[in-house]
Amino acid sequence: MKILVLLKQTFDTEAKITIEGGKISRSGVSMIINAYDEFAVEEALKIKENLGGDVTVVSTGGDGVQDALRQALAMGADKAVLVDPGTDDVDEFTTATILAKAVSGLEYDLILAGWRAVDDGSAQVAGRVAEILGIPIAKLATKIDVEAGKATATCEIEGGTEVIEVPLPAIITAQKGLNEPRYPSMKGIMQAKKKPMDKKGLGDLGLDAGAVAAKVKVLSVSLPAARAAGKVFDGEPADTAAAVVKALREEAKVI
Amino acid sequence: MAKGIFVFAEVKDGKIKKVTYELLCAARKAANALGEEVCAVMAGKGVSGLAAALGEYGADKVFVAENDALDKFTTDAFTNVIGSILQEQQPSAFLLGFSIRGRDLAAQLAQRLGTGAASDCTNVEVENGQLVFTRPIYAGKAVVKVSIPEARPAIATIRPNVLPIDAPAAGKTAEVVAVSANAGDVRQVIKDIVLQVSSRPELTEADIIVSGGRGMKGPENFPLLEALADVVGAAVGASRAAVDAGWVPQSIQVGQTGKTVSPTLYIACGISGAIQHLAGMGSSKCIVAVNKDPEANIFKVADYGIVGDLFNVVPILTAEFKKILA
Ligand SMILES: Cc1cc2nc3c(=O)[nH]c(=O)nc-3n(C[C@H](O)[C@H](O)[C@H](O)COP(=O)(O)OP(=O)(O)OC[C@H]3O[C@@H](n4cnc5c(N)ncnc54)[C@H](O)[C@@H]3O)c2cc1C
Ligand SMILES: Cc1cc2nc3c(=O)[nH]c(=O)nc-3n(C[C@H](O)[C@H](O)[C@H](O)COP(=O)(O)OP(=O)(O)OC[C@H]3O[C@@H](n4cnc5c(N)ncnc54)[C@H](O)[C@@H]3O)c2cc1C
Repeated sequence: MKILVLLKQTFDTEAKITIEGGKISRSGVSMIINAYDEFAVEEALKIKENLGGDVTVVSTGGDGVQDALRQALAMGADKAVLVDPGTDDVDEFTTATILAKAVSGLEYDLILAGWRAVDDGSAQVAGRVAEILGIPIAKLATKIDVEAGKATATCEIEGGTEVIEVPLPAIITAQKGLNEPRYPSMKGIMQAKKKPMDKKGLGDLGLDAGAVAAKVKVLSVSLPAARAAGKVFDGEPADTAAAVVKALREEAKVI
Repeated sequence: MAKGIFVFAEVKDGKIKKVTYELLCAARKAANALGEEVCAVMAGKGVSGLAAALGEYGADKVFVAENDALDKFTTDAFTNVIGSILQEQQPSAFLLGFSIRGRDLAAQLAQRLGTGAASDCTNVEVENGQLVFTRPIYAGKAVVKVSIPEARPAIATIRPNVLPIDAPAAGKTAEVVAVSANAGDVRQVIKDIVLQVSSRPELTEADIIVSGGRGMKGPENFPLLEALADVVGAAVGASRAAVDAGWVPQSIQVGQTGKTVSPTLYIACGISGAIQHLAGMGSSKCIVAVNKDPEANIFKVADYGIVGDLFNVVPILTAEFKKILA
């Protein structure tokens, strides 16, 4: 079973956001593997452990993304591919076009991704890649079973779950609850240093800036207005609860 | 030239989802400013009876695709059918809810039509003759305004429960246009559907949410929140700590790795207010926090805070709400 994982490096969820020169600043921000992509890596490793095969992690981004890819290699992935988009002006179309092109040069039975990136997550990239490659997709999986030629995924739907079967090759996106990602072992970290990291540019994929030009234009980036401090009631529950319910009705008018 | 603001009319359990009305009202305002029509697109089996009444919320026309293959939602069938309607009608914009189905279709359709899409938007405006979308990013820690200057249709998904629903124009009907629905090759086979039975509203559409965290101490105490929820007609949510402890299902987790919600009123009980939790509920209109720690971070965002033991406070809140709602 040849499994690919689309892996995005994102801001740490604790990161404080600052804006510099009209852009979100990366300086001083620690970067992590997107939380949902960690589930995808873990699931790929589990499938490999059951069925044999190999796991390749694929990403597009700057040179710093190697850290996230190395971490996935340390968890147990076999190879990494990193494509530098050569520009900061990227949108979901750009990212998906690059990833689909990188993937189409590889052998695969199954592609796993996160359902959304936790930073500027549009929840579009995996779906777009499936469209470009012409393969089926199942989104928001909390359980995945793979057999010869097909995958069965239990997926979140509104108000419950559904079990979806798709023929392989297919893309499946990970939702929280799929698994508990492992921590890299010391041995894994050592081995990761020697595993292949294939770095490419757009030209290596037969793409150029025009072919991946963003469709979405950013007009402005700003910080949200802070919420005004509210009222805090401290005292006997009978008084505080009654005071808040009264305020909700008479002041906030929300009930 | 591409013309018309199209809206995905989402039907669930034989009813129009609330976000559809939010989309139609936003589309109506934008369309008035641009001098365009508002059209809804509806797909399913046995749904056409719902179409004409969308006129009350601003739809001029509703394209309805009905077909047995659309009985259950699948990514392929809905993408194929709606994709061909959009290819034929050439609208200038297509708006969907950032619901599970809406965002699923938005991604597929945007790529199929070779266009851009703005996800999880909290506002749509017309500036200089084009649509401008506002989207919170980095879990609400930044806000970006974007446009899709050239590619058409401009696609956007809108966060449910944020945009207002205007008073319906009673009796106004939309023109209903039946279109042929070729679901094409559907590769997702639905083997089973399991629905949780709940009389409470769906989390992302609820006007009021009562949420519990680690301070609830165990699953046996959630009925305390459910009792409060039922008095005010709320949905029940939870922090990740409560979900990871196995007290409540993942599907009700609120936060950066859970649901993003924007209710009118969010009542957080025994939740400390971690940044990743705030990411999911920070856009609530009014926040109430019950926490025994006066230093808890949740009090920094709460409009009304109650310092106290939730096991004493919540039953009294329930009783007080019952009094005023009686
Ligand atoms: C205002 C704004 C400014 C931006 N500026 C920049 C910038 O300066 N530089 C920059 O690099 N980006 C920038 N971006 C981000 C860029 O738009 C996204 O990284 C890109 O479109 C991926 O989409 P997403 O994060 O929405 O992923 P989603 O669609 O939410 O991700 C879903 C899944 O797709 C896969 N995936 C997504 N992205 C990648 C990736 N890059 N590599 C591998 N797999 C991936 C992962 O499996 C992920 O879990 C900006 C975005 C915005 C909104
Ligand atoms: C990548 C990542 C993603 C995450 N995603 C999410 C997410 O989506 N959603 C989320 O919620 N968290 C998320 N988290 C976790 C988050 O960081 C916090 O750990 C979590 O929100 C804490 O939950 P809590 O507030 O219920 O628990 P705690 O932080 O333990 O707080 C419990 C609170 O209950 C109060 N309390 C205790 N007993 C009582 C009582 N009897 N009466 C009143 N108050 C009482 C305490 O004073 C305390 O403030 C994420 C973390 C990471 C790293």
